[in-house]
Amino acid sequence: MSQPTSHADIQPATEGKGQHHPIRLYLVVWAWLFILSTCSYLVDYFQLAGYLRWSLILSFMALKAGLIVAVFMHMAWERLAFVYAILLPPTLLLVFVGIMIFESDYTLLSRVTFFSAGS
Amino acid sequence: MNEVAPTTLNAEIAPSTGRHGFVADWSSDQRAFRTVSWGKAMMWVFLLSDTFVFSCFLIAYMTARMSTTVPWPMPSEVFSLEVSGHHFPLLLIAIMTFVLISSSGTMAMAVNFGYRRDRRKTAVLMLATALLGAAFVGMQAFEWTKLISEGVRPWGNPWGAEQFGASFFMITGFHGTHVTIGVIFLLIMARKVWRGDFDDGRRGFFTSRKGNYEIVEITGLYWHFVDLVWVFIFALFYLW
Repeated sequence: MSQPTSHADIQPATEGKGQHHPIRLYLVVWAWLFILSTCSYLVDYFQLAGYLRWSLILSFMALKAGLIVAVFMHMAWERLAFVYAILLPPTLLLVFVGIMIFESDYTLLSRVTFFSAGS
Repeated sequence: MNEVAPTTLNAEIAPSTGRHGFVADWSSDQRAFRTVSWGKAMMWVFLLSDTFVFSCFLIAYMTARMSTTVPWPMPSEVFSLEVSGHHFPLLLIAIMTFVLISSSGTMAMAVNFGYRRDRRKTAVLMLATALLGAAFVGMQAFEWTKLISEGVRPWGNPWGAEQFGASFFMITGFHGTHVTIGVIFLLIMARKVWRGDFDDGRRGFFTSRKGNYEIVEITGLYWHFVDLVWVFIFALFYLW
């Protein structure tokens, strides 16, 4: 990152002062978001498949989301007490995703079993 | 352990950072989010709740797609466009993605100029953001029209699993609604910035409090969140 240019940079985000960062930082992040989006489009354009496609798509997604939250939404400069309060609860969604993958596998299994038996 | 007590005692004077700061912020009788104003904290809490709403939609879509025995329509074929005889998969979606990312870029710069109290640049950048957002909604309306004319309905479509239409309209519709609300909010705030409400301490909007340029950042948080949700929709709905 850049060197602190003002007092507000050294003690970030004291109330009323707001977030002060150089414009260049936003332009760099903007460019990276463009590059990552292009990459994920190219994954589809070249019709990559299987685990390669999945790992590429999910990593580009995570990188883009991380850049937006950290820089554009200024999470990188907030205090840890606030960061944890906002960013930890969504990680529980991974548990939810896990449960539903388990559930849909079971549903698929029973559908395949009963549909093929019935027809 | 000896250093914890002084940290807590001195917390009001010199807030410590890192893990010690985390403990100190939560442990003593004080406001936990010490550097975050209530407006910003409440917007973040709202965005957190919205995260769960969108997650429920995406997880429901995942469950439908993983458990159906009928093949799912290929998104890169469904959303492809013909441009001068050449076949581009997902072309419109890619353009929409770039438009929304650009709007996030202009919004981030608007926030920056707001804190520099450069109200004209702030207002112009917010208007640019609103314009890009409106363009996004316009392209989404075009996409919906195209799909509906091709026979996609919430209860069926010509290509495969019936849940495709329901998932598509629900997820993109909810996202498009968020973008539309964001555009309206941006226009209201851009007008206030342009008029100089946050320089001369004019009261108004929701409360009779004096506003300041932080509201630009709060509006920005909402806008970036809309972009953030699109990142997930793009990856999980269109590229899967």
